[in-house]
Amino acid sequence: MFEIRIHGRGGQGVVTAAELLSVAAFLDGHEAQAFPSFGSERMGAPVMAFCRISDAPIRLREPVTKPDAVIVVDATLLHHVDLFAGVSTDGYVLINSTRSLAELGLSDLLERHQPGRVATIDATEIAREHLGRPLPNVCLLGAFAALTGTVSPGSIETAVRERFVGAVADANVRAAREAFAMMKQVTHA
Amino acid sequence: MRRQIEGSRAIAETVARCRPQVVPAYPITPQTHIVEGLGAMVKAGTLAPCEYITVESEFGAMSAAIGASAAGARTYTATASQGLLYMAEALFNASGLGLPIVMTVANRAIGAPINIWNDHSDSMSQRDCGWVQLYAEDNQTAVGLHVLAFRLAEELSVPVMVCVDGFVLTHAFEPIEVPDQESVDAYLPPYRARQVLDPDEPVTIGAMVGPEAFTEVRYLAHHQLEQAIEHFPRLADEYAALTGGSLAAVSTYRVDGARTVVLALGSVSGTIKDAVDEIDEPVGVVTLTLYRPFPVDELRTVLTAAEHVIVLERAFAPGAGGVVSADVRTALAGRQTRVSTVVAGLGGRAVTKASIQAMLADAAANRLPELSFLDLRTDIVEEELARRDSAHRTGPHSQGVLRIAGVPGSRIG
Repeated sequence: MFEIRIHGRGGQGVVTAAELLSVAAFLDGHEAQAFPSFGSERMGAPVMAFCRISDAPIRLREPVTKPDAVIVVDATLLHHVDLFAGVSTDGYVLINSTRSLAELGLSDLLERHQPGRVATIDATEIAREHLGRPLPNVCLLGAFAALTGTVSPGSIETAVRERFVGAVADANVRAAREAFAMMKQVTHA
Repeated sequence: MRRQIEGSRAIAETVARCRPQVVPAYPITPQTHIVEGLGAMVKAGTLAPCEYITVESEFGAMSAAIGASAAGARTYTATASQGLLYMAEALFNASGLGLPIVMTVANRAIGAPINIWNDHSDSMSQRDCGWVQLYAEDNQTAVGLHVLAFRLAEELSVPVMVCVDGFVLTHAFEPIEVPDQESVDAYLPPYRARQVLDPDEPVTIGAMVGPEAFTEVRYLAHHQLEQAIEHFPRLADEYAALTGGSLAAVSTYRVDGARTVVLALGSVSGTIKDAVDEIDEPVGVVTLTLYRPFPVDELRTVLTAAEHVIVLERAFAPGAGGVVSADVRTALAGRQTRVSTVVAGLGGRAVTKASIQAMLADAAANRLPELSFLDLRTDIVEEELARRDSAHRTGPHSQGVLRIAGVPGSRIG
């Protein structure tokens, strides 16, 4: 079982990201489960969503406390929520930020984790370029696919196109592709 | 075909395939996605003929449902939490009148303190309102239970509540197969009312009944409700034959040779199964899907060999203890079986494998009391009690506890 925890704020598409990830994993032939954990139901409040990917049916309903991967959609949560709780040193961490890990004060994370497993990406800016709006969730899934290899980029595209239509779907797919390519370069550098 | 979809979406699609003719509904978290989905289908014309009525309240929703059902329409609605309480009076009317309304309850805690998260306080508070109550373990089960619910309701002319854990199931994406229209049509014939407001054949639905007949009418309602125990297995078999979907009033997991059995309702069952898989001592799991009427004989059978039954409850009766446990104790009357109540997962508190395993270790060491609260933070309770005793005007507990425990959503798990 591969378990993912996504942190962000209400309105940033955190729950949608977990759902799309589960759809992509399902399309790849896995069993998958995604569910949210709302704080207060309002824009800007901290939100978590979880995704489990397995090759056996998933019965477990507890929140993901020992994630194999953490996606941080909003780095301003760094000092408010214990974002990396339970993640092991061979786990993946993907942070949406304009800053580097050192600038975020997360050098220890980089040292502690295996090489190529911790990365930042400016997904908000990529999303803004393609969508015209700062909605980084789908873009982060592209980067996540490149960082972890857990889901195929093609399935993420299919999941996005099942969920959104027309220009919104196209723009999200382009954003995810760009993030995928960028992250491939970084992790293979 | 299995699809990776949201539980609420699967329930809405399933209900639509049951061809409800009237859906009066009022939105409340976490039920909203279900009725939104149905509303969209009615608007798009994919669910037709069907009248979707946006009512002014839950009391209005159930009242409209009663009217629609009495007029001979297949009627569906959904609610949760305070919404269910707001329709309480009408719930008793629906069952008292014998109207086969089907309703989803997206289980959520009841305030105060206000809380949007999942537990069973809402539906358990209405366990005696005369409706059939079914609890879904997962979304695939929820789908099947809804189809069965319409058939059961209409065969017996009793209303049926399908309880689905809010957020945990309603907002979960998982692989779900919604039965196709052909199978649902084969399973569920068009509604033929046992009683209907018809000018050509007038009847009084809801006549006043005095002391000379009230007991008999209530007894007949009880008798009618109890028929569900006999009907359920046959309807489940027919459903399985048509769709391949497995449904059971009571289901068991690893109970053979287990002296300890955990009994639970709803989605927590899966986590309990995973928890018992990982421990050395054999512990069985019984999942109760049919809670009202209470399947006494079947429970007595599956618990024959159990020496200790731990009832894990997602609600409780303040000042008394377990709700389901009381029924289980009555069902096991005359036996030496020990019954413990573990209240767990109130207001969205995560029920984890680790917590269940720790509780089972306590049980194995004979340390589990008759009534306990899983993962109760006694440090917080003691600190708050000390604060309360420190002066007279110490204010509300919820505020005091929040100061110690942190704001909603600040903890993982």
